[in-house]
Amino acid sequence: MATQKKNIISKIFDDQRIQEYVNVFPNNVGSFGFDAWGFNIKNMKNNMRFTKYLYEEFYKVEAFGLENIPKDGRCLIIPNHSGQLPFDGMLVGYAMITNEKGPRAPKAMVERFLPTVPFIGNWLNSVGAVIGDPINCERMLEREEAIVVFPEGVRGSNKLYKHKYQLQRFGAGFMHLAMKHDAPIIPVGIVGMEETIRSYADIKPLANLLGMPVAPLVIPFIFPSKVYLLFGKPIYFKNDTYKESEINTRVDIVKDAINELLKEGLAKREAYIQEKKQKNK
Amino acid sequence: MEPRKKILVTGAAGALAKKVIDKLKKDYKIIAVDFRTKVDLGIPVESYKVDFNKRLFEDIFREHQFDGIIHLGRISAQELNRFTRYNANVIGTKKLFDLARKYNVPKTLVLSTYFVYGASAYNPSLLDETTPLKASELTMDLVDSVELENLSTIYLYKHPELNITVLRPCNIAGPGVRNTFSLLLSEKRSPVLWGFSPLMQFIHIDDMRDAICTAFEKNFPGVYNVAPDDYIGFQDAIKAAGSSTIPIPSIPPSLTESISKFLKWKSFPPYLINYFKYPVIIDGSLFAKTFNFRPKKTLSDIFTYYRNLK
Repeated sequence: MATQKKNIISKIFDDQRIQEYVNVFPNNVGSFGFDAWGFNIKNMKNNMRFTKYLYEEFYKVEAFGLENIPKDGRCLIIPNHSGQLPFDGMLVGYAMITNEKGPRAPKAMVERFLPTVPFIGNWLNSVGAVIGDPINCERMLEREEAIVVFPEGVRGSNKLYKHKYQLQRFGAGFMHLAMKHDAPIIPVGIVGMEETIRSYADIKPLANLLGMPVAPLVIPFIFPSKVYLLFGKPIYFKNDTYKESEINTRVDIVKDAINELLKEGLAKREAYIQEKKQKNK
Repeated sequence: MEPRKKILVTGAAGALAKKVIDKLKKDYKIIAVDFRTKVDLGIPVESYKVDFNKRLFEDIFREHQFDGIIHLGRISAQELNRFTRYNANVIGTKKLFDLARKYNVPKTLVLSTYFVYGASAYNPSLLDETTPLKASELTMDLVDSVELENLSTIYLYKHPELNITVLRPCNIAGPGVRNTFSLLLSEKRSPVLWGFSPLMQFIHIDDMRDAICTAFEKNFPGVYNVAPDDYIGFQDAIKAAGSSTIPIPSIPPSLTESISKFLKWKSFPPYLINYFKYPVIIDGSLFAKTFNFRPKKTLSDIFTYYRNLK
């Protein structure tokens, strides 16, 4: 037991590998390691120790299609959202930072109430989370950043377990930004996070009392789960329409692409489970 | 030999005004005024203690034909009550603009503050000059700052002959500066809000002096943010300045406000609590581009100065 614990700790604090990752991705930080959105190299490094453990040991993540992420320049990374906590965003970020085909430290747009929470708000900013204001997104695209947007918002991350792998309503803001700023969209299918924390009800009165968007009734345990990240091919949309109905059709194109990636990921996950069962027999 | 041009500089007792006067006095005849005291600025500089709202103020305009005004004088929220402050800062500035019109002063520079944007959890980063000013929504103690800006903007567009330039700097810091956040950097132990370290920008007083002098001389009227493209978390800034922190409970907000009122710390006033919590990051690129301005002093230079004081 003690050896196992020691192994986990040494894996978390494997500074040299983290240093290598941090050294390779380009960054726009100032003299104290901060950028204009509070991203901080030092905190990012510390956080990567934890994320590395989550990614490599706990979720045993396998990522596919990393070559589809542009090596530089503006882009929008659009995944499905799941798992109650923002671990899915952290895993996507880690996959991009450690991408041997062209590492990038992405930003992620998060719920607007988060900066009001002590410690959490600053910590999230320091690892690349930014409040979901379109002005922020525009400014970062203008600075040629890669930005992760979850168009489902809490509708996706905090949906009930019985709705797993069913994409919820997508906001269209990301499409407007992609068109206006000529940014490619990289659809991402995340498979495996739905099973980690399972919500069975949303206690609305409690959510209202706490001023939170949701108050999920969950089993207070993070189930281990094999996670697959599937990065799809970039999709380009011209800035040639202002009609909301046409924009919604384009949003559906992205949703369809994510649904296809989810199908592929679920098949991979099923094969993995079957293989594991065979081995255990 | 052509007579030297005359400039009126208000707020002459402040550290920034003294630096500006010192830099400009070689090329201009400076008339310095302050509501607090008659400042001794050496022989070439005429100095007056004056209230803008008194008739005596006009005598200075009658006596000197000014070629420009640099309006740096402001009563801060730590000085005097809200009513007196409003009269001095807003009504007094209106008087100043009216006199500038009456006596055909061709250009006026007004120093404002980034506080006018208001500190809110929902602020996007890199606020540009078109962002609505929301400070008065947060506290009545900043109403005069926002009103002064609105007044300046009205005169800027209604009376283009005044050539008004408004500068909204980030936190000014360095030798002699006595604003809230520079006081915090100079203290050995500084209050911070538990769990909050808002991102901040700082500009050295020497760079701000240069920004004012450049904007005044080049004269491109308009409203400009003045800030470097470099950032630091507030608690990191405190540590970099060699201070330690005193964490103040941040929830519930009413408790924080009660503590601030009870302690009556000059460097932790109730009206600035939100600025200890949420960032107000301004985009200084328009000023940098228009005036070809780049601060010379780094964040490290600023914090080293404060660290050496301890």
